[in-house]
Amino acid sequence: MEKIWIAILLLSPLLGAMINGFRFRSQNYRLAGSIATICVGISFFASVALFSKLLGMPVESRFFNVSFFDWIQVGSLSVPMAFLVDPISIVMMLIITGVGSLIHLFSIGYMSHDERPAKYFSYLNFFIFNMLLLVMGENLLIMFIGWEGVGLCSYLLIGFWFTDKEKAAAGMKAFITNRIGDAGLLLGIFLLFLMVGSLSFSDINSAGLSEDTGWGMLTLALLALFVGATGKSAQIPLYVWLPDAMAGPTPVSALIHAATMVTAGIYMIVRLNPIFILSPNAMFVIALVGALTAFFAASMGILQWDIKKILAYSTVSQLGYMFLALGVGAFTAGIFHVMTHAFFKALMFLGSGSVIHAMHEEQDIRKMGGLKKYMPITHWTFVMGWLAIIGTPFLSGFFSKDEILWMSVHSPRGSWLLWLIGFITAGMTAFYMTRLMTLTFWGKSRVPKDVHPHESPISMTLPLIVLAVLSVFGGWLGVPHGVSSLLPGHIPHLLEVWFGDLIAPIPGLGKANYALEYSLMAMSVLLAAGSAFAAYKLYTEKESLLAAWVQKAKGLHNLVANKYFVDEFYHARIIRPCVEMSKALWEFVDVGFIDKITYIVSNAFQDLAKAVRMTQNGNLQRYALYILAGLFVSLSFVVWG
Amino acid sequence: MLSSIGEIGLNHYLILSAALFCIGMFGVLMRKNALVILMSIELMLNAVNISFVAFSRYQNNLDGFVMVFFVMAVAAAEAAVGLALAVAIFKRFREINIRFFEHLKG
Repeated sequence: MEKIWIAILLLSPLLGAMINGFRFRSQNYRLAGSIATICVGISFFASVALFSKLLGMPVESRFFNVSFFDWIQVGSLSVPMAFLVDPISIVMMLIITGVGSLIHLFSIGYMSHDERPAKYFSYLNFFIFNMLLLVMGENLLIMFIGWEGVGLCSYLLIGFWFTDKEKAAAGMKAFITNRIGDAGLLLGIFLLFLMVGSLSFSDINSAGLSEDTGWGMLTLALLALFVGATGKSAQIPLYVWLPDAMAGPTPVSALIHAATMVTAGIYMIVRLNPIFILSPNAMFVIALVGALTAFFAASMGILQWDIKKILAYSTVSQLGYMFLALGVGAFTAGIFHVMTHAFFKALMFLGSGSVIHAMHEEQDIRKMGGLKKYMPITHWTFVMGWLAIIGTPFLSGFFSKDEILWMSVHSPRGSWLLWLIGFITAGMTAFYMTRLMTLTFWGKSRVPKDVHPHESPISMTLPLIVLAVLSVFGGWLGVPHGVSSLLPGHIPHLLEVWFGDLIAPIPGLGKANYALEYSLMAMSVLLAAGSAFAAYKLYTEKESLLAAWVQKAKGLHNLVANKYFVDEFYHARIIRPCVEMSKALWEFVDVGFIDKITYIVSNAFQDLAKAVRMTQNGNLQRYALYILAGLFVSLSFVVWG
Repeated sequence: MLSSIGEIGLNHYLILSAALFCIGMFGVLMRKNALVILMSIELMLNAVNISFVAFSRYQNNLDGFVMVFFVMAVAAAEAAVGLALAVAIFKRFREINIRFFEHLKG
């Protein structure tokens, strides 16, 4: 029975992609959008059905491992087309299909003026299919198919308006950067296969690999896998593609570049958490890269003027938080933040889409302001997202982010340094998000005279409202033990209970010091409130003060506003040398050497053919002579041979 | 007179056959007139027939005679086709020179 549900779950978006793909010339955005939304809706329904089935099962056997057929069977390598639905993957499936169907619904309104809506929805459905393959695959190879498939869809959708050269280039940048990460992922898969001899997650996780405290093979394999994660999940050093990916339609940014695809790296690490916990060095690298990414991306977000770019850097920064959580061993906190982030960041991306739609494709927040009175629903839902991300107590972001910060101190794998980076980042997050709110929705209107902002249609505001509700209440799935003991009813950490022993425990984790936990929590709330207030004041009343500060710290401002010149550095030190080397190889090796050899060989054959052609001249008597000669030769073999 | 040369044996027939075959082959290779070439081919076939008959007689069985009938049938068919081609060439070019067959070249 669950086999049928899984088949429906996977094939429904694929079918939608095919239907819209075959009628890609259609301009009927309502029909195309409805087909796509219904297909994802069916998937969501199937996920809910599977979820309720899982709920009714005993804890120790709470999974479906369904194999459809043998896909590859070579020597000792056996790869079945198998799918795993367990408490970890079902959470991701619910996020993907649930948030995904809301974003599909939103897209109908957003793409109403577009020329190729059927193509757009076809890509979007295909993305959902691949993302489901990624999270449901029972072995690394099926996950890898999904991994590549979402990369392809991301490329197609970033460059969806490919007539604009810059947007097409952004798509290629994303694709190539991801390819670098994928090379690392493949190496990691090879190394794991070498060590375990199987690609199945259950085999790898229960292979009984021994702990690797140094820099052995296991650490190497895990770091290679992490390189793949840095590509897909936009971490240092491969994060550069995500801000450029904002060239795509805004719902795409919400779905692919905030809620689902970019969390693939986190999902992969959580999937393999029993072996990641075995290598403290690999975990430390992950935590450090995550913390640094969170910090630098947040600082870059402060000085951006494009509404989507701010959200993009915010996404990179929040992904950094998730990796910080994974690095200190708090896998549950990582997935928890994936979930709450999916809610509030998808909400804010869709909200920014609603704003951009209303402003006739204007993305510069300097030309906005005072939009509150024109778009009340967008504004109020956006406020919910804002409150959630800056960590307002009892909203979703508060629970997940503070759990990460707390674990980065509490876990024996963490340290105060990691906490400090995360803590400062939380302050910066509150600053740039409040700056975004202030410049977009509050304060004086700087909207040009010829633009008349208006509230979006119901198909766009409905997803906003649903996501706002989820952003507010989504955090109650993971109330920390410290807080829940204070509350009436004693709500447990539902997510932790739900994952059970699928998540490996951190070795040497001490008992929680609730007093410390509360004070850290209070500190981050105070910091967030303080920097939010500062941002509000600076961008409404004290703009002259702000300008003076910028004057004073000109060098630093220049550095951050230009994104630390990372793109320029990559261009000068990596891309240019690559291009130069390719040019040299082309001119000297290819043209001068390889081409020449092939010409010599082909000329020789041509000359030979010319010579042989002379014998076939149509002269019958000449032919007869050849026959005679042949006869003579064969007879001479018989007689003298 | 004849007896003084001695008994006429198998070798004599084979030498005759080889000589006739070579003459026919020479005609096929050198002559330009298609009709003469066809006749030369007949000559070659019949040279082979002589050797068949000689071997058959020498070995005292009928295998060679049977083969001769086959060769004759094939020769008749070949002559029919060859003559038809020659007539077709003649109708087209008013001459039966073998070089006109070059026009059959693709």
